[in-house]
Amino acid sequence: MEISELIEKLALIVALFGVTLGIAAYATYFERKVAAWFQDRIGPDRAGPFGILQPLADGGKLFFKEDFIPAAAEKWLFIMGPGIAMFTALMTGSVIPWSTDLVLFGQTVALQVADINIGILFIMGFLSIGVYGIMIGGWASNNKFSLYGAIRASSQMISYELAMGICVITIVMMSGSLSLRDIVNAQHGMNWNVFYQPLAFVIFFICSLAETNRAPFDLAECESELIGGYHTEYGSMKMGFYLFAEYVSLFTSSAVISVLFFGGFNFPGMDNFDGNTLAILGIVAMFTKTFFFIFVFFWIRWTIPRFRFDQLMHLGWKSLIPISIINMLITGLVIAFNEGWFK
Amino acid sequence: MQSLSNRKKVVSNKKMTFLEKIYLPAIFGGMWITFKHLFRKNNTLRYPEHTREFAPVYRGQHVLKRDEEGRENCTACGLCAVACPAEAITMVAAERERGEEKLYREEKYAASYEINMLRCIFCGLCEEACPKEAVFLTDRIVPTNFERDSFVYGKDRLVEDINDRIDITKRQHTGKRTEK
Ligand code: SF4
Ligand code: SF4
Repeated sequence: MEISELIEKLALIVALFGVTLGIAAYATYFERKVAAWFQDRIGPDRAGPFGILQPLADGGKLFFKEDFIPAAAEKWLFIMGPGIAMFTALMTGSVIPWSTDLVLFGQTVALQVADINIGILFIMGFLSIGVYGIMIGGWASNNKFSLYGAIRASSQMISYELAMGICVITIVMMSGSLSLRDIVNAQHGMNWNVFYQPLAFVIFFICSLAETNRAPFDLAECESELIGGYHTEYGSMKMGFYLFAEYVSLFTSSAVISVLFFGGFNFPGMDNFDGNTLAILGIVAMFTKTFFFIFVFFWIRWTIPRFRFDQLMHLGWKSLIPISIINMLITGLVIAFNEGWFK
Repeated sequence: MQSLSNRKKVVSNKKMTFLEKIYLPAIFGGMWITFKHLFRKNNTLRYPEHTREFAPVYRGQHVLKRDEEGRENCTACGLCAVACPAEAITMVAAERERGEEKLYREEKYAASYEINMLRCIFCGLCEEACPKEAVFLTDRIVPTNFERDSFVYGKDRLVEDINDRIDITKRQHTGKRTEK
């Protein structure tokens, strides 16, 4: 690997890191703002103009809290939990293609940290490892509420991963590749997957809600029953990491949804542009879609009450999985028919 | 049999229809409702900068009134203390001496009169009980403090200043008492 390529990748990683953390920080702010608007309130407005310094104030507050490790806790696992949650949340962003190639100083820069040919598999993998962050944290706390939260989180995430995976397979069958860039390129212009696979989109979206542990599937941190769920015993920045990891995965999930179903950086009329203009417009399109989905996540959270746990399991195993399997079979049949298998 | 409160509701446990079972229509309906709220005017009052106007009969910190000649109205009858559900009022009665007629209206007066503002629930029953129109609640808020003891208000803080009268006429004219 050439040295220039190394620098390019490093710069890209740092930029992506910064952007992801920045967006996650401001997602916390906008979550509170959006919640306030939905409830006819104003929301945070004291820290800086319109309260835009609120994330800094929150972070500062968390830093100055006592960093407490309970005596009965499994010390190293207790520390590892938030780290794993944060790590896995950040890793998924690395395979997402943000736009078409950018030409800078005579160099072609691919706006994607790693174009691995099994991109979507990589994301699914890291999503499943994400359970460990919650599970280890909940178990190591040595507290029954944390443990219940962790058990709920893991059973929920494992059940919803199945339906999610089947929806992904449907998309992979349509584009014939596991690479996210190929999947995006197959949705050129307005040729978005959501028009062919609306059902898969709905199921995938519901599963994303469950995977990111957000309302109405936030049973893992259900305050009314479990105090704080898996992070009951956490305080200070470890707690901050868990909360932050949730917002990071919120961002990456929205990005994955826009890549898989809404054409990523594709936008109607993109053939009129080329080169760097196209790349920059692509970034704008990609982020518009991502932000829209982040907003929808908020919107759902402040609309729908929490599911009961049995309802959650019913929905996952008895509805979403069968529907997604049927959807996959029909897609397969249609593809086979188009390829001329039945002639 | 008719139930006592007449508010009994029969729980319906009917089977959900197909549309209800797939949740989505109800969810979109709910999202539409919250979406409409995005454009509503907010109800927030930015507190320290803006305050809500008090009702004329707001029940805040008490005052012990003086009459037109500046004499204390209270005769230490103890009816307010008896009426008080929070047992916040204590007093010590004393007999008016010769020469003190300018200070106290009745022959008996309260040598000390204390209201514990932490116990008080600002119900206004003391005001209603008082036969001498001596104690009234006003639209002043009891200020916060770090010391518990400082919430026991003695006569120094309860009796109105002779030169700085506290207007309670609005309360006198709205009460039922004056109609009788
Ligand atoms: S307002 Fe109510 S609680 Fe307070 S002193 Fe008067 S009677 Fe007691
Ligand atoms: S304030 Fe009124 S009720 Fe209370 S002791 Fe004085 S005169 Fe009696």
